[in-house]
This record gives sequence, structure tokens and C-alpha cells, in this order.
Amino acid sequence: MTQLSEFRSIQALGEALRARRVSAFELATDALRAARAYADPNVFLHIDDELTLEQARAADQALASGTAGPLTGIPVAHKDLFVTRGWRTTAASRMLANYVSPFDAAVVDHWREAGTVSLGKLSCDEFAMGSGNENAAKGPVRNPWDPERIPGGSSGGSAAAVAAGLVLGASGTDTGGSVRQPAALCGVSGIKPTYGTVSRYGIIAYASSLDQAGALARSARDLVPLLDRMSGFDPRDSTSLETCDGAANTAGRVQAAFDAAQAGFQAGGERPLAGLRIGVPREFFNEGLSAEVGAAVESALQVFESLGAARVDVSLPHTRLAIPAYYVIAPAEASSNLSRYDGVRYGHRAAEYSDLADMTSRSRSEGFGDEVRRRILVGTYVLSHGYYDAYYLQAQRVRRMIAEDFQRVLTSECDVIMGPVTPTVARRIGDNRQDPIADWLGDIYTLGVSLAGLPGMSIPCGFGGESGRLPIGLQLIGRYFDEGRLLALADRYQQATDWHQRIPGHA
Amino acid sequence: MALTEQDIARLARLSGLRLDSSDQTRARQELDRILGLIEELQAVDTAGVEPMAHPLAAHQDITLRLCDDTPEPPQTCEQRDAGMANAPAPHQGLFLVPTVIE
Repeated sequence: MTQLSEFRSIQALGEALRARRVSAFELATDALRAARAYADPNVFLHIDDELTLEQARAADQALASGTAGPLTGIPVAHKDLFVTRGWRTTAASRMLANYVSPFDAAVVDHWREAGTVSLGKLSCDEFAMGSGNENAAKGPVRNPWDPERIPGGSSGGSAAAVAAGLVLGASGTDTGGSVRQPAALCGVSGIKPTYGTVSRYGIIAYASSLDQAGALARSARDLVPLLDRMSGFDPRDSTSLETCDGAANTAGRVQAAFDAAQAGFQAGGERPLAGLRIGVPREFFNEGLSAEVGAAVESALQVFESLGAARVDVSLPHTRLAIPAYYVIAPAEASSNLSRYDGVRYGHRAAEYSDLADMTSRSRSEGFGDEVRRRILVGTYVLSHGYYDAYYLQAQRVRRMIAEDFQRVLTSECDVIMGPVTPTVARRIGDNRQDPIADWLGDIYTLGVSLAGLPGMSIPCGFGGESGRLPIGLQLIGRYFDEGRLLALADRYQQATDWHQRIPGHA
Repeated sequence: MALTEQDIARLARLSGLRLDSSDQTRARQELDRILGLIEELQAVDTAGVEPMAHPLAAHQDITLRLCDDTPEPPQTCEQRDAGMANAPAPHQGLFLVPTVIE
């Protein structure tokens, strides 16, 4: 029986599938077995063999008829924030414990149409609120590199499933770092594209002006077809973009930009990145950054320099303000979005209540976990009469200042920004239980990119921790719509290093 | 600026959340801490800076599309039932709630 674990890349597995050396059906059968047998039962929230095998049969038909593409038959899974027909969609919340969507999210549609085979639904922080995947109704997800530690969040199940080799690609969402941060802590590659390039249709809303879908995989090269096929204009999402700086927002855009960037690098020969200016924001190397993460990022920058790139010192002076700005804007939008959970149309309804208002408030208090309730309260406060101008509008003004910092640096001083994703390696599960706000401060390097709507990614660049076995991520931040070139840059780094090839248990 | 018990009770009501007394105490402590964190925004000089609602507004002019106010596609009874399949208490195409008007 062919095992998924024999294949380390989408390209290698795709070639084997198209050469008919392995069938999508036997691969899916093995992948389902591995997912069920995996040591951490909290990674997958719902597996349904028949739904998966049906997609595998369709993939085998495409392979037999010669209509297969680069993703046909590739085992993937979806963050439980994407609604799916068949599989339950819970957002890792008690509120939606038994929810089954009557339709598929746009991203789910796109990946299925590309021939992927979904193994089911992956855990996350409840309603994507959190940075450790501890805020999940069914319990925390464990980091495959150390089961005592968090995988990061909110797309923690997605990062853990890729790191553990249970899938070759996973969808994620990133509102303030929820793709990049778990990718960094689990040693996988993850990308959040420019806001508006991937449809939010069918993504359970958290903070609508920040939420953006992304993908996680083993390498930048694997991310190319995954991101390319999930991207595209969708009239059902009012923030979906029809064009990206003049280019049509369709599948093929990211791939074409990746290919063009690679062709340019190829022409550079031994110094493929000659002429590339890497901006290194001094505010990202502040007192909160651990020495080991700083050292790993420094080594990565030296690799880029050896490939011909030049380093430029840049300043993003409002970096620190991203934390208060984000933690006003995101909870404000969350409090509004989550008002739909009223115990009437869908979701949890309390068993006992006195009247309609009591039914709603009891249902919501029982259905939402601590962090979700906390953010609803904060959001309600900053939007309430007398505070709206002082907090919400002020946060939106600061948001513009943060976005303009990035815009200035990326248009006149450098071509790409690089720095750390997280201040430290993965912490222990339960460490911040007494101080839930402490995690918020750890989002400092990822929030600005989300507030500005820029594309950002994380790639593995070393290890730290006492064991020396906890992954560290390098963040790459591009200009608007620069996903293809970012992936090509990351690929050049991954051609020169092997951090992305390390797997838990074999570091 | 510390929040009072009345502030928390009002917030809970506006949020549609039910907080018992220990929840209220904890919420008050946490919100005080969070307000301390976001208080930093007040000191920033933002004179002349327009609030930014859309993340790409620093890069390009953004106008959100509006869709025509027409039902699309026409809904069948089966589609209505599928749409109501997750309701806690559906009844013949209606959502049942506690009596509001006696």
C-alpha cells in the first residue's frame, strides 16, 4: 500500500499520480488511516471517509482521462472556519457544535475543482480568536515537534497537520497573523495573500476588514498551486477584487508572477537575487525578541545576501501601535459579526430560559468560550456611545499611519521586508492561562501586515528552545499583490537551505 | 479609568451576554487591563489623518460593490428547508422563539 508519508512535496506526489504509479483512492485510504491513528486526536475535528473517498474517485477519473492538474489527487484539509457541505463546520466553537452548511466556501470549491482530496476539517482557535489553538471547544492542539507546546494559532490544526505529514496542504485564515504564526511555530511554510485576492465567501466571519484566506504547506513551491487556485474574483464577497493593479484576479495570476520572478532570478546565475533590496525594520528587533529567534533570522538574511540581495535598514515607526489598533478594530468587528448568533436561526440554544432576551444571552454565554466573550465585550465597549470616536475611529486613523509606513518603505526604500514572525519559539500549553492578554503582545510582528492588507508569509529558518527542536519562522512581507514574487524569493531560500525539509522526529 | 459594576452590566446587556457575579469580577479586571493597553492610542497625534476602513485604501481608491436588491436565484421550498436545517426550533418554515407578545 502506498503511503502518503513517502512523498515530501506536491510536485513529487503529483508526478506519481499522473504517471499512475499511485492512485488517489489508495492514497486517500492511507491518509484517512494515518489521520485517525495520529497521536493528537484534536487536530481533526471531523473526518468522513465516504466524503473523502468520493473526491478521491473523482480525482482518479481525472487522472485516467488525462484532465488532471498539479493538485489532482493531493490530500489536503480545511480549517474549520471554511464552511463545507457534508463535513460539520464548527469554528471550533460549542456555538456551532452540530452545524452543517448548505453550501461550500469559495476556497473549498476552488480546491475541489482543482482536484484536491479533502480529509476533513482542522481545529483552530474558536472563531479564529487566539494565537495558540488552545481556545478550541474540543481541547488544544499539540505541536508535532513537542506535544507539551502550542502549535500556534489560530490556524493551529492546519499547521500541525502539515507538519505531521497528515496532508500536503491546508487552508487557513489570517486576521492578525493566524497563518504566519502557526506556520512559524510548526516549521511549515504559510502565506497570507493581499486582502481581497481570495474570496471570503463561506469563511465564518471574525473581523471582516482583516480576515483573509491563506494556505499552509511544506514549502513555498507547494504553496504556489495551492494559493494560485484559491485566488480569484468572487462577486459574492463585496471586498473581492476584480483586478490586482490592472491584472485580472483569476487563477493563474500567482503562478504567472512566480514563473516570471523565477525567470528573472535564473538570469542572475550564481547571484540570482542581485539587485534585490531587503528592508529590515529596526522596530522588529526590539527588546521583546528572543536571542535565538533574532539569531535565526540574522542567519536567514545572510543566506539571502549570499544569493545576491542587499540589506537595507528601514523604519516602521508605528509598529508598536499595531497591537492597540488591532485589538480595537478586530474586537469591534467581531462584536458586530458575532451578533448573528442568537439561538434562533442556527447555533446553540440554551435549554432553559425565561423570555426571548434571556434565551439569546444564555445561548450566547453557553455557546461562546472565554476569549470570544472577552473580545465581544471589548468590541462592544469601543463601539458604544461616547467611545466610538476615541477608540474606534482613532484606531482606524492609526491603521492608516501603519499602512502608510509600509507603503513608504516598500515603494521607495526596498523591494521586500523581512524579519521575525514571533518573538519566541512555541510556549507550553497552559502557560498564559492566568494572563490571557499576554498572548496578544506576541502578535506584534504580524498585526501590521494585516492592518495594511499586505501579503506576508512565514518560512522555516531554524530551530530553538532548550531541546533545539522548536521551529523558528522568517517573515517575508511583499508589496500589494506581490504573492508570486514572494513565493519565488522563498523558494530561492529553500533551494539553498533545508530547514523546510526537517520533519518532527527527524530533526 | 476603571470600569464600575454598572459599566460591566451595561456592556453585558449590549453584548447579549449573561455574566454571573464571578464572571463580572473577572471581566472587570480583564477589561481594565485591556483598556490600559489600548489607551496608548489616545496619545497618538492623528490630526489630519483620515480613518482607514478598508485595508487597501493606502494603495488604491476603493469602492465596495453593491449588488442589485433582487432575489437570486428564486428560492424553492427545498432550498428554504435546507437553509433552516440548522435551526434549533423550526416549524413549517418558521423559526420558533419564546412568546414575545401575550
